[in-house]
Amino acid sequence: METGSEGVPTERAPGVEAPPGGGPSPAAPARDDVEWRGVERALLRMRRTVLLLTVPPILLAQTVLLWVLVGPVWTVLMVPLVAVTVFGWFALGRNWRSWRYAERADDLLISRGVLWREMTVVPYGRMQLVEVTSGPLERRYGLARLQLHTAAAATDAAIPGLVPEEAERLRDRLTELGEARSAGL
Amino acid sequence: MPERQERPEGPERSETPETPEDSERPEHRGWRRDHPPGGTGPAGSGEPAAARGLARLLPARPEGRRLHPVTPWRRTWAPIAALAVFAVQDFNRAREWFTQLTLGWLLVAFLLLLPAAAAYGFLSWWVTSYQVTNTELRIRTGLLFRRVAHIRLDRLQAVDVTRPLLARAVGVAKLKLDVVGTNDKDELAFVGEADAVALRAELLARAAGIAPEAAPSAGEAPERELVRVPPSRLTVALLLMGTGWGFLLATIFVPVLIYSWTGSVGAAIATGVPMLGGAWVATLGRYLTEYDWKVAESPDGLRLDHGLLNREHATVPPGRVQSVRIVEPLLWRRLDWVRVELEVAGSDIGNSVLLPVAPRGVAAGVLARVLPGVDLDEAARVARPVPRRARWAVPVWWQGYGHGVTDAVFATRRGLLRRELTLVPHAKVQSVRLTQGPWERRLRLADVLVDHGANGTASARLRDVDEAYAIVDAQADRSRTGRRTARPDRWLT
Repeated sequence: METGSEGVPTERAPGVEAPPGGGPSPAAPARDDVEWRGVERALLRMRRTVLLLTVPPILLAQTVLLWVLVGPVWTVLMVPLVAVTVFGWFALGRNWRSWRYAERADDLLISRGVLWREMTVVPYGRMQLVEVTSGPLERRYGLARLQLHTAAAATDAAIPGLVPEEAERLRDRLTELGEARSAGL
Repeated sequence: MPERQERPEGPERSETPETPEDSERPEHRGWRRDHPPGGTGPAGSGEPAAARGLARLLPARPEGRRLHPVTPWRRTWAPIAALAVFAVQDFNRAREWFTQLTLGWLLVAFLLLLPAAAAYGFLSWWVTSYQVTNTELRIRTGLLFRRVAHIRLDRLQAVDVTRPLLARAVGVAKLKLDVVGTNDKDELAFVGEADAVALRAELLARAAGIAPEAAPSAGEAPERELVRVPPSRLTVALLLMGTGWGFLLATIFVPVLIYSWTGSVGAAIATGVPMLGGAWVATLGRYLTEYDWKVAESPDGLRLDHGLLNREHATVPPGRVQSVRIVEPLLWRRLDWVRVELEVAGSDIGNSVLLPVAPRGVAAGVLARVLPGVDLDEAARVARPVPRRARWAVPVWWQGYGHGVTDAVFATRRGLLRRELTLVPHAKVQSVRLTQGPWERRLRLADVLVDHGANGTASARLRDVDEAYAIVDAQADRSRTGRRTARPDRWLT
């Protein structure tokens, strides 16, 4: 289940409050033996900006339309939608805190999600391809995204919101480790 | 032969229908020898001037061996078949057209269409060739857009030889190599039957790592038959399948019901036809493909032969099986019969059956050959049930879920009426995932998913959350150590 929530103000339900940054959060219990790293705060800023730039104008337009076409009373209908948007603001924060990754001796762990949690373990030897992408919006915020591919298409391992240097360091390290431990199908 | 003289000047399509018969046959005989490159191949037909003129008109022939000369005929019929399909699908409009058509128009259409189709068939055959080198099979094809497929033999996952009914009558076969990333175009259709067998032997010998000089003459590896499914058992097994009967009943009753409600024959037929298709696939269609199922073992791996009208063959080299599934339909359980399915990377879903029906003991014997060190009974025994509180997540069916691990495989079972046991060798695990939805988290449950190289996933659902995290960790370790002991890609080295 993809739990990335670019500007979608739903799905991120209240979870247990987690300490900010990359510290161990309840998203993955019993994983204190490894060194977890979080993703950049700029990712949260980017997603919140996208949320602010897209949803409120639409809501405003709808409110005006309701007011003009149906009647002022009907604008009450907009209250739940506004509430969902406000909730989305906080949900994005929780989702951002839930993204963590850790390099272990032989594999990479990626953990994410608040309501729908997912943890992926990819052994280095199984990586077929490591790619770093960065779209125009991500570049504005100085971010890059790391995507791992194995021979199984179901392996959906990606880390968004890394600084480009970290993404490149990770890519080089993973490629190197992958070559050292390479195993095909 | 006056018409032969004028051919080079004439329009291209009129020259083509006879040419393969005339000029290509002598060349095809020497399929083992490498052809000289360029378009002068058919010069051996004894009429140098005409042939050379003809060759100038044709595109350059790619080097390599050719497909069987019967191939163009298959492609010739493609446009006509397409027309027929169109006529069936849009029946009303097709009828309208036909009533307007006079005999003359029909004749003209045929005179234009048939040569055009023949020309297309001939040309597509002309520009297709294949070549076996030490490390790969190269298939060159494409009339306008050239396409060269390089299929690496050390990445070979399986070799399929298919002989459809018509092709059997003519004595030709299709040969396909399953490699991750190949598509339907990368098959050799058609080559002569004897050639296909020889080519298969050569490709397997090269893929196995036999010295390149010895490979062409290595011949077919000896095989030992493991199981042969008798037709009577297949018949009984299919009669005991619920899906076939379900479709059959639906085919009879649903159109009748729809007709009585709506009074429209069209609607009844529209719903009946797909169901009839389903019934066909589940019963007779399956009987035809799974008839005379033979599993044999050879140094080149597992050999599967089956089919009544279309004979199909697959060779799966050792260590290529990514996952095995043992399916037990409800009504087979009394007889203790099982169906075994296997997944190989790069293969299509159609040929994923290892054994359509066999007693459990026999299936266990075959399984031990496919995945060395795997004991079916042990794998079934280690699958422990899920916690009782899982009934709040999946009522009733929670009892069907189970998961366990042996030294060799990750085993999960599911299903209550129709039981399924999935085995993934540790060495084939590509990644391990854990997922947990909100409801599962309330119940302190989680799912563990294991992805293997055949684009499949085995899931151990509804485990206790602490156990699930332990499974993920342990499985990552096991897959790593399992890979170290895995066999080499070239299995005879």
